[in-house]
Amino acid sequence: MSNFDPASVRADFPILDQLIHGKPLVYLDNAATTQKPNAVIEAISNYYRQDNANIHRGVHTLSERATRDFEAAREKVRAFLNARESSEMIFVRGATEAINLVAFSFARMANLGAGDEILISEMEHHANIVPWQMVCAERGCKLVVVPFDDSGTLDMEAFSRLLGERTKIVAITHVSNALGTVNPVAEIVRQAHALGVPVLIDGAQAVAHTSVDLQALGADFYVLSGHKLYGPTGIGVLYGKKSLLEKMPPWQGGGDMIRSVTFEKSTWNDLPHKFEAGTPDIAGAVGLGAAIDYLGALGVDRVGAHEHELLAYATGQAEAFPGVRIIGTAKEKAGVLSFVLSGVHPHDLGTILDHSGVAIRAGHHCAMPVMTHYGVPATARASFGLYNSRAEVDALFAALRRAQELFA
Amino acid sequence: MFDLKDLYRQVIVDHNKSPRNFRDMSDATAHAEGHNPLCGDRLEIWLKLDASGATIEDVSFKGTGCAISVASASLMTEALRGRSVAEFEALFGKFHGMVTSDPTLAVDETGLGKLAVLAGVREFPSRVKCASLCWHTMQRAVAGDGTVAHTE
Repeated sequence: MSNFDPASVRADFPILDQLIHGKPLVYLDNAATTQKPNAVIEAISNYYRQDNANIHRGVHTLSERATRDFEAAREKVRAFLNARESSEMIFVRGATEAINLVAFSFARMANLGAGDEILISEMEHHANIVPWQMVCAERGCKLVVVPFDDSGTLDMEAFSRLLGERTKIVAITHVSNALGTVNPVAEIVRQAHALGVPVLIDGAQAVAHTSVDLQALGADFYVLSGHKLYGPTGIGVLYGKKSLLEKMPPWQGGGDMIRSVTFEKSTWNDLPHKFEAGTPDIAGAVGLGAAIDYLGALGVDRVGAHEHELLAYATGQAEAFPGVRIIGTAKEKAGVLSFVLSGVHPHDLGTILDHSGVAIRAGHHCAMPVMTHYGVPATARASFGLYNSRAEVDALFAALRRAQELFA
Repeated sequence: MFDLKDLYRQVIVDHNKSPRNFRDMSDATAHAEGHNPLCGDRLEIWLKLDASGATIEDVSFKGTGCAISVASASLMTEALRGRSVAEFEALFGKFHGMVTSDPTLAVDETGLGKLAVLAGVREFPSRVKCASLCWHTMQRAVAGDGTVAHTE
């Protein structure tokens, strides 16, 4: 048993204390977005109440405070992921924007073209498929896909086989949002680096459940979204190795990313500013910093162990539940129970469960190829966060029984 | 408070389990596909008009979707057989009016017959598309323009 008691943190999340259709809210949609603790809400509110100004330009006190808070948040992200330098942490809108930035800027730097391959996996979120497809369409390179087996485990033999001298970049998720599978990212990086191929890891679904040590992992790029980490929406982070980021051209042009501008030529600012055109989401960064402080104080691995216990408990109930088919049964999983219930479409389940106060996701989870693999149009997905309890898992299954009765 | 059984009425549960006119049609005069990209619902509708092109002699469907979407298509095919194309247009208007009406007002069931069992959908704005996909698809079949109906 983990020594983490979710009851001790419940009060930190004001949104959880409400009734939905007359029943206590059971929020099991954490893979879509997590709820925000008071510490984050107050950090954002205090920033606007006391410190709001634009950053990196004004010499007045508020601007200095805003700049200090924004850069302090960058340092918190660096420490959280154990990156080498805070200038390697680029603030973006979210993991999706981070991947787009890398896809387009890296493709230009490497001058990708016919004969070049980009290696992704079958379990990627659309955010780690579509930007690469767009690059391929623009440049004539080829998207190569590593399959997974029916348990939802990445086929590492296929990965080794498909990784080759034509591979110019590997982009694979750390944790699958639709299946919960935890991929062997260290081994992926090791094999790719042996051939000199850079690796992007999509950490959007991972960072709230497991500690990440970027220096140990060695990935060239790592992306995350603040809102899946108990922080606000609209802020995310791209980590990139300095040696690569320095060579890559800016993705967007504008204020803050330049050193000098004339009508003949502009020159670029240093990292990380080169990739941060325009006024960023300063309050969002401050909120993300507060979220990292909050999660860090609890201990992300302790939280991860608690969620793993909930997953094991829920999986046991799902296996014993007549008519439930679990989608994604890999050995290594984090926080996600995706399933279908025979006779009840996931969308009907979503509505019926909501009437019991239970919030789950129903749909394709922005991973249509995963749905295709299993021959289902959609799944129901319960995903766990640090504030969830075993009693809430029980509420989920009680609501499932009600759905079955209703459709009997 | 709104009861879940007002949405999932027995008739809807029954039509979901055993959809009527759930088949393709070899002698159809028109065919159309519908797709709800949000939830992945897909359905196909086959339509057979009489020689004058004014009367719906037969209508059938196939597809996958939630209970609301399957039951709505099943009930629609039952309601439309033998009706004129003009009556279809009028019924679509009434049906759409019902599922998008203000939940605080009484339901206007005039002329809707059995289709009124879907009135509960108006309590669930995110589910209106499920109930109306088949109607939009039917409209494409009637128009015969061969395009795919989308709910977006």
